[in-house]
Amino acid sequence: MTTSAPFDPRILKSNAPVPGAPDNWKRFFSFNTDAKVIGIQYISVAIFFLLVGGLLAMIMRGELITPENDLVDRTVYNGLYTMHGTIMLFMFIFPVLNGLNNLLIPPMIGAPDMAFPRLNAVAFWMVPLFGVILMASFLLPGGPANAGWWSYPPVSTQNPLGHLISGESMWLLAVALSGVSSIIGALNFVTTIIRMRAPGMTFFRMPVFIWTVWAAQTLQLIGLPALTGGAIMLLFDLVVGTSFFQPEGGGDPVLYQHFFWFYSHPAVYVIILPVFGIFSELFSVHSRKPLFGYAFVAVASFVIVFLGLIVWVHHFFPSGVPEWMRNLFMVTTMLISVPTGVKVFAWLATIWGGKIQLNTPMLFCLGGLFNFVFAGVTGIMLATVPIDIHVNNTYFVVGHFHYVIYGAAVMGIFAAIYHWFSKFTGRMYYEGLGKLHFALTFIGSNLNFFPMHPLGLMGMPRRVSSYDPEFTFWNVVASLGSFLLGVSIIPFLLNMISSWVRGPKAPQNPWQAIGLEWLLPSPPPAENFEDNVPTVISGPYGYGTGKPLVENQAAYENQQFQEV
Amino acid sequence: MTTSPSRINLPAVAMVSAWTGVLVVLSFWMSRQAYHWLPVQASTAAPLVDGLFSFETALATFVFCGVVSVMAWVVLFNRAAKYDMSDAEPIEGNTRLEIIWTVIPALVVFGIAFYAVRVNQQLAILGPMEHIHRGNPIEQVGGYAGDRLPPEAVEVIARQWSWEFRYPKAQVSSTELHLPVNEPVTFRLVSEDVIHGFYVPAFRLKQDVIPGRAIDFKLTPTREGRYRLRDSMYSGTWFAANQADVVVESADSFQAWLKQGASQPLQPGLSDAVQEYDERQQAGAKGWATVRPAPRPQVNFPGSNTLPHDA
Repeated sequence: MTTSAPFDPRILKSNAPVPGAPDNWKRFFSFNTDAKVIGIQYISVAIFFLLVGGLLAMIMRGELITPENDLVDRTVYNGLYTMHGTIMLFMFIFPVLNGLNNLLIPPMIGAPDMAFPRLNAVAFWMVPLFGVILMASFLLPGGPANAGWWSYPPVSTQNPLGHLISGESMWLLAVALSGVSSIIGALNFVTTIIRMRAPGMTFFRMPVFIWTVWAAQTLQLIGLPALTGGAIMLLFDLVVGTSFFQPEGGGDPVLYQHFFWFYSHPAVYVIILPVFGIFSELFSVHSRKPLFGYAFVAVASFVIVFLGLIVWVHHFFPSGVPEWMRNLFMVTTMLISVPTGVKVFAWLATIWGGKIQLNTPMLFCLGGLFNFVFAGVTGIMLATVPIDIHVNNTYFVVGHFHYVIYGAAVMGIFAAIYHWFSKFTGRMYYEGLGKLHFALTFIGSNLNFFPMHPLGLMGMPRRVSSYDPEFTFWNVVASLGSFLLGVSIIPFLLNMISSWVRGPKAPQNPWQAIGLEWLLPSPPPAENFEDNVPTVISGPYGYGTGKPLVENQAAYENQQFQEV
Repeated sequence: MTTSPSRINLPAVAMVSAWTGVLVVLSFWMSRQAYHWLPVQASTAAPLVDGLFSFETALATFVFCGVVSVMAWVVLFNRAAKYDMSDAEPIEGNTRLEIIWTVIPALVVFGIAFYAVRVNQQLAILGPMEHIHRGNPIEQVGGYAGDRLPPEAVEVIARQWSWEFRYPKAQVSSTELHLPVNEPVTFRLVSEDVIHGFYVPAFRLKQDVIPGRAIDFKLTPTREGRYRLRDSMYSGTWFAANQADVVVESADSFQAWLKQGASQPLQPGLSDAVQEYDERQQAGAKGWATVRPAPRPQVNFPGSNTLPHDA
């Protein structure tokens, strides 16, 4: 270990080692400060909530399989769609990404742990806390929040029962807590990436995944205070009777939309940027080629951060925003396609002429890219103000963002889970079940989300619990797709559980991938490289170049051979 | 998307060109198809919006199919043998290519934006014309609007969950919107409770109705028929049922309708929400808490919202 730096969190970390051997399963149920434990805690909780959110979605699709409102009461439908969005975003996708961050950041940069391990554990344990608050709101006499995950006032501050503890107030509390948890997490990730890289790992030797997480978490730090502040103001409007957003008291409901989207648009990039990182890593490994244009791809992440912060108004073009603002935000929104395009073209150039292995992670990446490009071209349409005026708040938007979030982001996350499964569990997953999972997910998501585009173009508003009969055909297709998507999760769960329990033991580096994490045993010891942090001497994607990644590479590779 | 330009490989160039040609034809065909995915065009705005959508459908088809073609090629022809873990040729980048695929999309994007800004200018979508700051805004904008509006204007009152249309000059109110064809109409949009969205898909126009503001909104219907007006901004329990019919008719029929309306006494207008709410209460109000719907508006002409509509 180098001790020349004036501040080295690794010293602090080594002085207070984390208890709990890798075989002690109880550590997953405790306040543990080991990032690898916290990572698995995050992912497990997130997947539980994926099932909850998915179940709500399937009930909604059950309602929408017929035009009439005939399965659940309208109030129930509204609560379901609100909680579906809330759970999927705040309880599934952010936690699952934080789980990957926790698992991957320290090993990939050669750090023993996060910079602030206790804060890290605090940030995680807030997730089940606000998860319980959200789930408990289902049991309230008035039901859970039902104003959509945007929670726009004044509809969100109508409180028919007049209780202080309403679904909406609990929802706002949960969102504020989630904001605090994510801010703590972001501080931790950004500090870790800036301060705790292995010797020789300059910024332009960092894996792109680390670049994208850094960019995404920077966005969290800039944007989240706005949402958290907005949620607290709305909570005051609801329970104290202030009128930040109430027209009767001189407030402005559109102001809330600015607060909300100033964060919630960048939130999309918080989700998709790390997935871009996953694509960049996996396309390179599974094509056995260097990532094409590494520096461009890395820097494009921060261009997306900058542009992502100045597009939020495109979410409410029809809300009475002036013409100049519509035009300005249309242009900034469209410009995001340029750095995004840089990444897409770089991935294509990476796989081009490669030696492709169509294993489960690669299939999920290719499927995710397919869906992402589809979402990208509909995104340009949505950015275009006149088209957006027609399809805004219709199913076209719902289709678009489900292609982004489920079709691209969640498929990328599945790819990452399969790709790094062996590293953190020490076991291999079953390829056949993985491929079945991929096929069902790819078909199910397209069947579910494609029909939403024609529906939106025809003028079917989103969030409806009944619709005119001309929309029936595509809704039936979408509902069938959603049920298939629900089934698709079964092989995934089977695979994860059975592989972890009795899968074949994994070698140190099953993909023969380049990267610091692959120089560690599977699973890595509690403090990763402990006192033997390698010195990085070249870029992260040296496939076919013959350049070693670190000094003394053979010693790190052989370490594992000695153990097995 | 093309191969490295260092050595010109004639068969490859020919193949890429031929495939590009196929994609161009496909994109053009899709841009024609795009019109069929949209409802009938019933306003002056509709052809402008549809033209832009058709244009972007062509671009989208070309980009999407181009990317997927590359992926398909790679998956078909660049596969490694099952246990072959050897590396491929290490190409780490090509600055010229990277600059090209930054600059060309940027130019295309500016081109689309330029076109869209022009369409924006052509569309007579007006932003909010006036803020109402003082007093009780509900009272100010909720009363009869006859003395505040230009006589031809139509006042649209959105409520949880019904739409009411008032014609100040003729002193007619209705829960079915009637408009004369090919005549510009100005709406004054107000909401008495939450944010609603005034959305007629056949007109391709949408404007949120914000409580506390009166928003002027202009359009010109161009096709006779019966269309749906849908609330596009989630407004609570009966949001989905908050729809009304829009009847675009000849100037003569419109005048006749106004005359007939003026002769009819005020009567309860349409509100699916009120009807469903009453049924729900009788059935024991199962489900979660809800705001009570506003009473049916008292109008001269209730109209219908169950007749077949064109879009």
